[in-house]
Formats: sequence, structure tokens, C-alpha cells
Amino acid sequence: MMFVPGNNPGMMADAHIYGPDSIMLDLEDSVTMAEKDAARLLVYNALKSIDYGDTEMVVRINPLNTPYGKKDVEAVVKAGVDVIRMPKTETADEVRELEAEIVKVETELGCVGRTQIMAAIESALGVVNAYEIATASKRMMGIALGAEDYSANLKTQRTPDGKELELARETIVVAARAAGISCFDTVYSNLDDMETFRKEVELIKTLGFDGKSIINPRQIEVVNEVFAPTAKAIEKSLKIIAAIKEAQAKGSGVIAVNGKMVDRPVVIRAERTIALAIASGILNKEDVQ
Amino acid sequence: MEIKNAVAGTLESGDIMVQIGPAKAGEGLVVDLESSVAAQFGKQIRALITDTLKDLGIDNAEVKATDKGALDCTIRARVTAAAVRATGKDVWK
Repeated sequence: MMFVPGNNPGMMADAHIYGPDSIMLDLEDSVTMAEKDAARLLVYNALKSIDYGDTEMVVRINPLNTPYGKKDVEAVVKAGVDVIRMPKTETADEVRELEAEIVKVETELGCVGRTQIMAAIESALGVVNAYEIATASKRMMGIALGAEDYSANLKTQRTPDGKELELARETIVVAARAAGISCFDTVYSNLDDMETFRKEVELIKTLGFDGKSIINPRQIEVVNEVFAPTAKAIEKSLKIIAAIKEAQAKGSGVIAVNGKMVDRPVVIRAERTIALAIASGILNKEDVQ
Repeated sequence: MEIKNAVAGTLESGDIMVQIGPAKAGEGLVVDLESSVAAQFGKQIRALITDTLKDLGIDNAEVKATDKGALDCTIRARVTAAAVRATGKDVWK
């Protein structure tokens, strides 16, 4: 998920060329107070006009308790955004308040249920309430860690090994999995240190995150490389999926691949491996039909 | 509709800076466009600026636009932002 400032039309026009899975147009922290109105209009018109193809379009709005939040919701829902990212989420009630605002606009447009919600968790209270936030609405598609605000709230600072983020990261992954939604890790801001960035991506993949927030197209390749499954894992997964299909066709409940019994968790892992291979561009969807 | 002097946009690549101010009564929409692609797209950009203003109910104003290769959606957004700032009109209702 690549962050793009909502008041920079050049970047907004080019962002999808680099192939991120999703683009997050930002109306919050990257836009000054004096430019909130203009950025909202830019994002609205960009979403209405630019063909972003299959790229998932997310907009980070301003908090609803600011003079900008509700206007942001109205604009981006009218523009047909896929996902609204709610910043600094601390409670499930805040998610429900956002949902009510979305429903108002969708009802006017006649498209109730179209817009999904992602909640950014950026404080100790947000981490404590992560599961309640993750399950606050059927529209919740994911939760994400915002580490700069979170570490400031903890009265610490970010470190290269991310020790200060351990509990938050693990809590967010567990909450997302328990809720059956996705989870996304925070940004890494130092573009000159790709080695530490790669280590961080490897860490969050091991923890179970679905993806990483990025601030520059240069970071896309590293994330794709780390998240891409190995050729051996893809081959094995394709065999498992093929065996499952064959067993289903024969009406058989139990299957074996390479002499080993395949049970449900193995199938789920194989499906995830294939999905990652497709997302990383290693396989085409047609290859696994 | 009363129009104050207002500006929106930047001079960065891919953007357009739009300045709007009051015009003499009956003068209509006067667009002064500066663009490196004026020879190819000047007519289209001017038309987009005037159409956007007319849609907002503005038909008497002076506009100075400095284009840095903006897409149509950006021109529309910047003209609207400048117009909203110049008139106080709420475009979302």
C-alpha cells in the first residue's frame, strides 16, 4: 500500500505506474490545514477520472472530530473510493461513527454497502481495543499500524529493530486474524537504508502481516521480493490445489500429495501461497484456473 | 455572485496554479493562460476552465492560469478550489 500525498497531482497521476497493490491518497498528515479543501477536490477528481486499473484505491481521511473529516467522507464516497482509511482509531464506536457517515452518503447515492473501512491503530488505547475495532463493522477490511504516532504515544521512539512495536504488531495480527480481516504494517521512512527496510519487511511477514505500507515506489520491489513465495513452495501448492480439485471431482474427502496426507491448514497455506504468487506477478490468474 | 481574489494550485510539475479575481460588470470570463503546451491544448484548457466556472455559477471573473502539464481532472480540481475560495460556495451540497 503506497502512500501518496493528496495535494500532489503529479504523484497522484503516476502512482499506479509502479504497480503497488493499493494506493492510499492522503488527506491527513501530508496536507497542511490551509490546503485541506484543495486536496479533497484533487482526490475527488482524480478518483473520478484516472483509470487506476486493478489497483485498490484507499483514501486516508482526516479524523471525524476535525472540521474536515465528514467532508472528506462525503467527497471520497461520492468519488467511488474502495476503502476509507480512518486515522488514529482508538475505539469501536469511532468506526461505527464513520460507518454512519458513509451510510448517509451511500443512501443518497443508492449504493449502500459499497465502501470498505480500514482502521489505522496509532495509540496504546487503539492497540488495547484492536479486536473490538477490527469487528466493529462488516465493512472492516483491515487494520493497520501507524508507528510514528504510536511510539510517540508510548513515550518512546522508533528503533531499527522495532523492539518498541513488538506488542502492537503481534496484537494487530492476532486481532485481524481473529476478526477474519487483513492487517498492514507501518511505513519505514528512511529511503537510504534499504537493508533495514528489507529486514523489517521480513520480520512483519514472519509475524503474519498481509502487507507493508510504503512511502516511495523504490520500496515496492523489496516488499514483493520478500512476500513472493519460492518456486518450490509454488510448485508444491499448485500440486495440492490440483489434488484437492481432483479429490472433489471424485467425491473423495481425503487426499495425499507426495505420500503425505493433506488436511485443511495445508490447503489454506497452499491457497495463500498461490494468492501471493499472483500478487507478486510470478503467476497469472489464468495459470491456476 | 461576489468574487474575491483567490488562488489554488502550485507551480510543480503536473499541477496548475489558478488565480481568480473580480472582473468588470459584463466582461464575462477572461482567461489568461500560460502553458508550455498552449499551442497544442490551449483551447481545450481554456474551455475546461470556463466550463468548470460556469458549472459553479460563475460567469464574470478574471482568471490567470499557469499550467505545468496538469491533467484535466487536476485543472477541474484547482479551478473549483480557487472558485470556492473566491466565493465561499459549498460544492459538496
